[in-house]
Amino acid sequence: MNLHTTTTFKHLEDIALKVRSHVVKMATNGGCFIGASLSAVDVLVYLYTEYLNIHSANLNDPERDYLLLSKGHDVPALYGTFVELGLLEGDRLGNHLLLDDHIYWHPNVKIKGVEFHSGSLGHLPSVAIGIAIDIKLRNGKNKVVCVLGDGELNEGTCWEAALVANAYKLDNLIFVIDRNQFQANMATEDLIPLEPLKDKFESFGAVVRRIDGHDFAQIDEAFSALPFEEGKLQVIIADTIRGKGLPSIERRADRWFCNFTTDEIEQLLQELYGEPQAFLTSNTLVVR
Amino acid sequence: MTYEQLLTQTATADDKYIVMTAENRALVRNIPSVLGNRFVDTGITEQTMVGAAAGLALRGRVPVVHALTSFLTMRAFEFIRTDVGIPSLPVKLSGFIPGFLSDGNGPTHQALEDISLMRGIPNMEVYAPADEDDLVKMLPYIWSTPRPAYVRINTRTTDYIHSDYEPGKAEIVATGTDITFLTYGLMFEQCLQAMKHLKQEGKSVGLINFRSLKPFDESALLQAVADSKLLITVEDHFLTGGLYTIVAETLLKHKTTADVIPFALAEKWFKPALLPDVLKYEGFTGKQIAEEILGYKIHTEETVMQAPAFAE
Repeated sequence: MNLHTTTTFKHLEDIALKVRSHVVKMATNGGCFIGASLSAVDVLVYLYTEYLNIHSANLNDPERDYLLLSKGHDVPALYGTFVELGLLEGDRLGNHLLLDDHIYWHPNVKIKGVEFHSGSLGHLPSVAIGIAIDIKLRNGKNKVVCVLGDGELNEGTCWEAALVANAYKLDNLIFVIDRNQFQANMATEDLIPLEPLKDKFESFGAVVRRIDGHDFAQIDEAFSALPFEEGKLQVIIADTIRGKGLPSIERRADRWFCNFTTDEIEQLLQELYGEPQAFLTSNTLVVR
Repeated sequence: MTYEQLLTQTATADDKYIVMTAENRALVRNIPSVLGNRFVDTGITEQTMVGAAAGLALRGRVPVVHALTSFLTMRAFEFIRTDVGIPSLPVKLSGFIPGFLSDGNGPTHQALEDISLMRGIPNMEVYAPADEDDLVKMLPYIWSTPRPAYVRINTRTTDYIHSDYEPGKAEIVATGTDITFLTYGLMFEQCLQAMKHLKQEGKSVGLINFRSLKPFDESALLQAVADSKLLITVEDHFLTGGLYTIVAETLLKHKTTADVIPFALAEKWFKPALLPDVLKYEGFTGKQIAEEILGYKIHTEETVMQAPAFAE
């Protein structure tokens, strides 16, 4: 992968690092889906900072852009991004899994900026289609981005939605695939192989680009080029690393849902900022 | 007025309505040319259609969606429950050929648990019209509310002229001291027949059309319990989860009980054939129901139900 991002995106890298620290801090006292959250951080930070017309003043404006997080278990990355954008008060992340807030393992629309709840995989592509159709009916210019996991693509409704999006020529609809190579417990290619993924979407009528989902220059280049071709579903496959930023958990099948001790969280935060790898002793596989 | 005429008129008058179908066009054949791009056919994709309907509702639309009810309420169940039910969006579900109306298709197409499934979803309202007249009397109200609703579509015409629809209320067709029929949907017609036969045998017979199953008109039921010695529930639905279950739950809630005989499909699907033959084979004609209650055969002529004009 290309780590030689230009200094132009330094501000995004800084934000992404802070978002990753928010994610790590949520992986205790009940835990969270840390690996799948860390893989999606850079794309989410880019989208909210540079691409989407979404900010605290336009959340109910019908002209706003939409982001639908279909892989809802990466919500710590979304909420961390919201904190850095000022959409969510930072101390509320400390309410993770507490009864007196709405912050838990999947998104809730009571959190300002969340367009729709998710958690059950394969749902939001179709909800996004409804939104995109309405925008077309009103001759709107707003865009609808639906973030999907790669494991989620096992669900037939993702492909059903691709068929329908193609039929209705929804070029205002963008599927972003967080291609972190893992399903819940297994590598995708070891269980239900997805490759050649670009070809699959293209054969469904979509126009597809594949990028390094941790390289802001590539992310920026792709989103700036949208629509790649008019009249087609737009798909961006972002190749990412599950657990990105923490070498001690990167690309590990057994680091899917993690509930670390306070001491491990301290070590992981240091690791995130360049210190040696954390020494992790807690249960290596907390399956949800 | 037909279902299609009413929908055309409603959707033409207010552009918040979107007519959708999962390639089930029997009820909406002429609508595409009238509504243009406010008619959305997603193809044979019940799940995607319901999810897209939720998305359209988020944007302020009221989608009226159409599919065969077995696929709408079961194939797309989780999409209805999760994407429509949880946010309580105004998506209006029109389920075609429910119950015995799917006469010749076989068990894959027999929706005999639709009432049970839909009423189990918080916020979802459930309606089951007796015929087309009943249907078009209730739909303007159902489509006008901001709530999700499931309608067990029945477009058969009968000679019966229904009372106007009153939200959440049952239609009290007749009251009787011996027997009261509690029914909904297609079986209304057979209950009218059964009532006629029983009256000829000297019985005092009542009939209540529970056109709204959720919300349920509890006071109509409690009044029937007070008035009548015997209650008969009649439904083309599994015994579990439909009207018989609603009656049981309601009576328990009010710490009362009654003698109730259910006519429903108990742990079985029905034998596929044309509708009049299905009714007879399964023992659901008005005359058969009356004889079952009386415990003896009667010799008056039976009115044979007409087979549906459509096949899906």
